[in-house]
Formats: sequence, structure tokens, C-alpha cells
Amino acid sequence: MIIVDQLTKHYGPFVAVDDVSFEVAKGEILGFLGPNGAGKTTTMRILTGYMPPTSGRAIVAGFDVFKDSLEARRHISYLPETVPLYTDMSPRNYLHFVGKIRGMDGSARRSRIDDVAEKCRITEFIDRLIGKLSKGQRQRVGLAQALLPNPDVLVLDEPTIGLDPRQIVETRHVIKNLRGEHTVILSTHILPEVSMTCDRVVIIDRGKVVAIDTPENLQRRMAGSDTIEMEIRGPEEAVLAALNSLPKVIGVRTRSNGADAPVYSVECERDADLREALASTVVQRGWGLRGLRPASVSLEDVFVQLVTSEAPAA
Amino acid sequence: MIRNIIAITERELRSYFVSPVAWVVTAFFVAIWGILFFAIVTSGREAVLRPLLSNFSITFLFVGPFLTMRLIAEEAKTGTLELLLTQPIREVELVVGKYLASLGFLAFMLAVTLYFPTLLEVFGDPDRGPMMAGYLGILLQGMAFMAIGLIASSLTQNQIIAAAVTFVVLLLLWLADVLTLGGAAAEVARFISISQRSQDMLRGVVDTKDVVFFFTVIVGCLFVTTQIISARRWR
Repeated sequence: MIIVDQLTKHYGPFVAVDDVSFEVAKGEILGFLGPNGAGKTTTMRILTGYMPPTSGRAIVAGFDVFKDSLEARRHISYLPETVPLYTDMSPRNYLHFVGKIRGMDGSARRSRIDDVAEKCRITEFIDRLIGKLSKGQRQRVGLAQALLPNPDVLVLDEPTIGLDPRQIVETRHVIKNLRGEHTVILSTHILPEVSMTCDRVVIIDRGKVVAIDTPENLQRRMAGSDTIEMEIRGPEEAVLAALNSLPKVIGVRTRSNGADAPVYSVECERDADLREALASTVVQRGWGLRGLRPASVSLEDVFVQLVTSEAPAA
Repeated sequence: MIRNIIAITERELRSYFVSPVAWVVTAFFVAIWGILFFAIVTSGREAVLRPLLSNFSITFLFVGPFLTMRLIAEEAKTGTLELLLTQPIREVELVVGKYLASLGFLAFMLAVTLYFPTLLEVFGDPDRGPMMAGYLGILLQGMAFMAIGLIASSLTQNQIIAAAVTFVVLLLLWLADVLTLGGAAAEVARFISISQRSQDMLRGVVDTKDVVFFFTVIVGCLFVTTQIISARRWR
């Protein structure tokens, strides 16, 4: 549904997007992840036909976003980062305006507006002035605007920003329900959002793609080994020696947690669940075992590792 | 095509009429004209509109920039331009839609001033032909000025700058009429002068050449605005 092919965008000497390529299948939800200034918004602006690329191309629903811009735009809805609202209108009139531009006739607009208003939970303030709405309410009006024309492709730039935790959950639910029928690209800073809503993730840093994979695979790939964290009260040297001598243990690191029992991170071979063995070793020697838990690699770790080191493009 | 233009015009007109700026500007314009009308009629004691209408370009100098400054600059500032430019509409539809809305407001403002000729009708016996031709003349002038303001508004995100640029351009055009220049400069000044063009109409003579001139200016300005908006994408 979306093909991005060696897309590059320069602003003067500054390279905002550098040779970015990826594809999105129909009905897929793709997460676009990266630190501020990584080129997420620029890529989205090119995809939506707002600005042309310096080189490379992007195809949406079979139309080149630059050469066949008008036709491509008919298949795309876009929610920019700064929600584009007319503060002197009510959400209802605003949605009518967008609907008219999208070529929807009066009755189609009315029924569709009721529909998206309910989906985005803006019904209760739909006739108030947008200028009087809160940040979260405006964000939801913006999402309603994007959903209104029922487009094949939705490009959402940080759709949950400014929402309260409950609204975030509800909005994610709305986005998840788009899967299958609509193709969605969403950018975000919030990592759990990606693992919760997206089928695949593109991690982008300084204009370059550093990884493309499913959230699960990314986590697994980073976790080449399993780590178990233990809090043990006992002579540090002896504990280290004892833990290291166990089979399938790759290495042990310690860090002080301020209390009298330091935390030992025991790195074990993949899929070797050593929790019982570790616990019994410690208890047998008469040391105090105060805590034991598997340390999981979070998407945060993956993200930080990818964008802080010079990781080769995946 | 037409549908998109109508949608843009309709939204923009609604914006005009909910904006306090437009009402203040209209009030100001009508007040200035009221004072001028009073001064002209009481001193001349003649039922003619021409002296009043010939002051249009100088009075419009002060109100025109406020009517056009927000047209595109505000959308660029608030980000709604990003919405419009990613919708399936052409730049020219956006520009024409905006312009028609500004004309709608201009027509409204001029309609309010129609009570001056009405007063003349009630208390005197004015010649209607020159009055109608005169109104056509200032309408065309106003349309050309609005088109110039639209260009200025597309150049910047800052409404104050848009208004200032419009003011300076309109001021230069006005100066081109009132300053006596010699030789070729006078010829050029006469050619570009928008208010000189309408002087004949104020006398009651509608010349096709002048009408064509106004429409050329307007179409040229709309074309330039469209190009400016397209060029913005490349930045």
C-alpha cells in the first residue's frame, strides 16, 4: 500500500531524511519511532504530499506522491503534529468543511460526522468553539478529521500527544481497530504505544533507518541472553565466585543499590532458566537471598541501544 | 474544482464575519467616509458622489491591509495550511477561494456605504449614471487592492508584516498618482496607477480597456500567489 524508496530530503546543507526505504502492506499498522529531529515528521510530510523529496520516491495506493500528488492525496488522511484546527469554528462545522473538500455530499457528511464523533468521543463538545477546547479535546477533533473521509491510508503524527492516560488507551483502541481495513503509519515517542498498537516498527535516527522489524523481534534480537537480577546479602567475592561457577552462567555483574545487599545481574545462556539453581546455591551457603527476578529487555533498551550506538542499518 | 473553491470561500467568509477585526475595519471605513461625505456635501452643496469616491484609494490604504493580512498568513501560522495542502485540492483552488471570500467582504463593506448615495437620492437629485459607474470603479479598484494584499499574505506567517507590505505597496501606488512626475516616469506611473484608471469611471465613462486592465492585475496577482504557495512546499 505504501512504498518508500530511497527517500532523501535536504534542507539546505542539512540532511533531514537520508536514503529511507520501507514498505507497508495493506491493513498494517506501522510505528515510526525516533528521537526528536530524527526525520519522522519530514518523512510523513513527504508521504502526504505536503513537500517534495530531494530524491527518491514514495508511492501511496499506487500513486506517486509527487508526480500524481492530487490522486495520491485522495487516498491519504493526515493528522499533523500541530493539529490543524480553525479556532473560530465548532468541531461540527470544521468536519463539514473537511468533508466538503473531500467531496462528500451533505447526507454522507452528516452520518459520517456522527460516526467519527462517537469513535473519537467528541460528541459532547461538537458544537462548542474549537478555540475553547482543551489540548486533549483538540487532539481528538484532529483525529476525527483524519478518520472522516474513511481513507485507505492514515498518517498520524503523534496522535496521542496531550491526551490523559485514559484517553490514550481509548485512542490506541480506535487506532487498533483500523487494522485490516486501513493502512496506518503513526509516529510516537511513547515506546509502549508501539508494542501495543503496531505490527511493525521503523526506528529512525538522524534521518537514517536503523531498524525495521516487529516489536517482538526487536526485543528478542536485543536479548541474545537472559539476565536474572538477584539481591543477595553475603560476602561479595564469595558470592561472585559461587555464581560464576554454576553451569550455563555467562557472567555476573554487581551494582550497589544503596542497601547492604548489592544487586547481582547474572547473565545466563539463552532459554536456560536458572532461577531455582541460583536460589538454592545462595540459600545452601547461608547467604540472605532478598530478591530474584528475570530482567527483561524492554523496547526502551532496544531503542536507546539503537539510537545511541552506531548500529549498522538492519 | 468549483466545489472546493466554494468550500474554501464559505469557510473564509464565515471567518471574516466572526472576526472583530473586520467589523472594526468596516466601522472605521464607514466613519471616515461619513466625515468626508459630510465635509464634501456641506461645502460643495451639490448632490454628487464623485469627490467622495475619488478618495477611495487613500481611505482604502488604511483599511485594505487589515482585510487581507490574515488570508494565508494565519493558516501558515496555525498549521491549517498543512491540512489544506495535504488535501486533494489544487493551490489555485485555495487561492481563488480565499480571494472570492475577500471580495465578498469588500462587497459587504461597500454595500454599507450605499447609504451615502441613498441620502443624496432622498434629499437631492443626483445623476445616477456616474454614481453607478463610480461604484463600479471603486469596486474594481478594491478588487485589485485585495489581490495585492493576498500576495503579501502568502509571503509570510506574520500578519503584521503582511499588512505592512500591503500598506507600503498601496501607498506607492497612491503616490504614483499624486506626485507629478515628468517624462517617461509619468507614463509609467499613469500606466500602473490603479486609481487613475478608475477616474474615468468616476466621471461616468466605463472604458473596456480599463476593465481589462483591472482583471489583468487581479489574475496576475492570483497567479503569483498560487506560485508562491507552490514554492513554499520546496523549502
